[in-house]
Amino acid sequence: MSGRYKTISLRIAQAIPVLFGVVVVSFILTRALPGDPAVYFAGASATEESIAQVREALGLDKSLPEQFVIYLGDLLRGDLGQSISTGQAVTDDLARRLPASLELTLMALFISCSIAVPLGVMAATKPGSLRDHICRVIVTAGVSLPTFFTGILLIYIFYYLLGIAPSPLGRLDFIYIEPDTVTGFYLIDAALIGDWETWFGALKQLILPATTLALFTMAPIARMTRAAMLSALSSDFVRTARAAGLSSSKILYGYALHNAMLPVITTLGMVFSFTLGANVLVEKVFAWPGIGSYAIEALVASDYAAVQGFVLAMAILFVLLNLTIDIAYSLIDPRIGFEER
Amino acid sequence: MSMAPTTKSDGFFAHIFYVLRGNPITALAFILLAFFIVCALFGPLIVPYDPLASNTSNALKPPSSDHWFGTDNLGRDVFSRVIVATRLDLLISVSAVALSFVIGSILGSIAGYWGGWLDAILNRLLDTIMAFPLFVLAMGIVAALGNTIENIVYATALINIPFYARLVRAEVNIRRDAGFALAAKLAGNSDLRVLAVHIFPNALPPMMVQISLNLGWAILNAAGLSFIGLGVRPPTPEWGIMVAEGANFVISGEWWLALFPGLWLMLAVFTFNLLGDGLRDIVDPRKRT
Repeated sequence: MSGRYKTISLRIAQAIPVLFGVVVVSFILTRALPGDPAVYFAGASATEESIAQVREALGLDKSLPEQFVIYLGDLLRGDLGQSISTGQAVTDDLARRLPASLELTLMALFISCSIAVPLGVMAATKPGSLRDHICRVIVTAGVSLPTFFTGILLIYIFYYLLGIAPSPLGRLDFIYIEPDTVTGFYLIDAALIGDWETWFGALKQLILPATTLALFTMAPIARMTRAAMLSALSSDFVRTARAAGLSSSKILYGYALHNAMLPVITTLGMVFSFTLGANVLVEKVFAWPGIGSYAIEALVASDYAAVQGFVLAMAILFVLLNLTIDIAYSLIDPRIGFEER
Repeated sequence: MSMAPTTKSDGFFAHIFYVLRGNPITALAFILLAFFIVCALFGPLIVPYDPLASNTSNALKPPSSDHWFGTDNLGRDVFSRVIVATRLDLLISVSAVALSFVIGSILGSIAGYWGGWLDAILNRLLDTIMAFPLFVLAMGIVAALGNTIENIVYATALINIPFYARLVRAEVNIRRDAGFALAAKLAGNSDLRVLAVHIFPNALPPMMVQISLNLGWAILNAAGLSFIGLGVRPPTPEWGIMVAEGANFVISGEWWLALFPGLWLMLAVFTFNLLGDGLRDIVDPRKRT
């Protein structure tokens, strides 16, 4: 038991310098952004004195180490500063926009898994066969598709040519009323109040961007499923099950897949955090009001508190998620160690 | 003895041939790679039109025998632009990957060979880079350093360094105390020489796989940055920016502006990904996943 606690505390100890490094990098990165925020805040009719005043008010006249300490203090209080372009606190902006990105990402992963896991299982049952090659080509093609291009292609086919998709602008067509915010997920909120028309409208908006992202995330999931299935199928317990005369579907799904799920879930966690950052491009194509499009708008306006908040939030989410996965994994499988190898 | 190298390389090519025969997709990837290299080297010489010459009387024409991929909103030939863009896109990704290969190899070798606190610091640094969603980090770097092609290369290189450094570190670390390394050391070679000449070359085969996969990824990254308006600027022909420009016309039905550069981009990334897979089969058949 003590070994397990040691493993977990070691893993947490490893995450702390990384978190600190993330804060330092995002601090340096945004201080290097072009444009002087003091000039921006002071407004169009600013004089030298008023700019200096604003600079002092923002703490930008202090030395960089001093600014960093102040920044750390703000951070600990959950204060990421004010966004220039929206005029709101960055924390509020991010919190308001995060559900849109999460809904998109989760939907994409759902679609992706429901295609990639069966593909991986299929490829693993006959390695080297024609269908193995076909699976490989499909998932490689998926990961080779630039998401912004897939998005545009899908819009052209389903919106312009077939006319079955709604206009690719945002989360909900203007003819529907936004459901009251409970979770921020339109699908859940609409279902909660039983407004199925809005629910369906939100789903229709969601399908295309989610499919775009799903195509891109299929490859790692399918590959991991294939690899994990291959190793599970060649293990002793499967041989024993075969010798005992169990049906092949029972062996495949009951025994092998069950054991192959653990590495697949780990991969899924990594894919999730990676997708949450990578959907910047998809959000831009579909005018999706998530945190990715927020970051792009902020970059264009050199809104450095917002960029910093976004980069930092993403990185911290990423570190914490990986930490959780690793700890969960070590609870499930005590053989895992995190010592420096 | 003098025959030995020849036999070995024959065996190696025979092995490649054997793998390619069993794996026609990898052979296809090699053919596609040759195609892209030809486009990159001779692109500007073989295209029928000047990629920058506009002709407004001939704007937004669909694909025809004169203009295979149609013309864009300024009447420029899309086919010529797509082919000419190959050089820039490949140049960005090759130089970015070369940079991260060199820097990653040096850092990884040092950490793997000497270990200790150097290793610990490097690991934390790499963890920090990896903690950022990589595309987001690249976005931030290009925005901070300024909007130029060199900065796209630097940003792409930086986010790829951890993959190389980790790989080299692991490969060097397991061979640090191997018999052949100790023998080379006893024979009077310096640490640096043992590391560079005896140990490091062993890391090259898995690195080749990584390079190939990364090349595709670097192209996607650079095109994505151009797509959101960071990096390459119009009117330079570049796949990402052409897709971005064409996107405005897709909803009014002029699909060829975005489709062809997008397809070419996809095909290039697809080639490198398949190649990486195929190289993995050649280098280490056990690792195929």
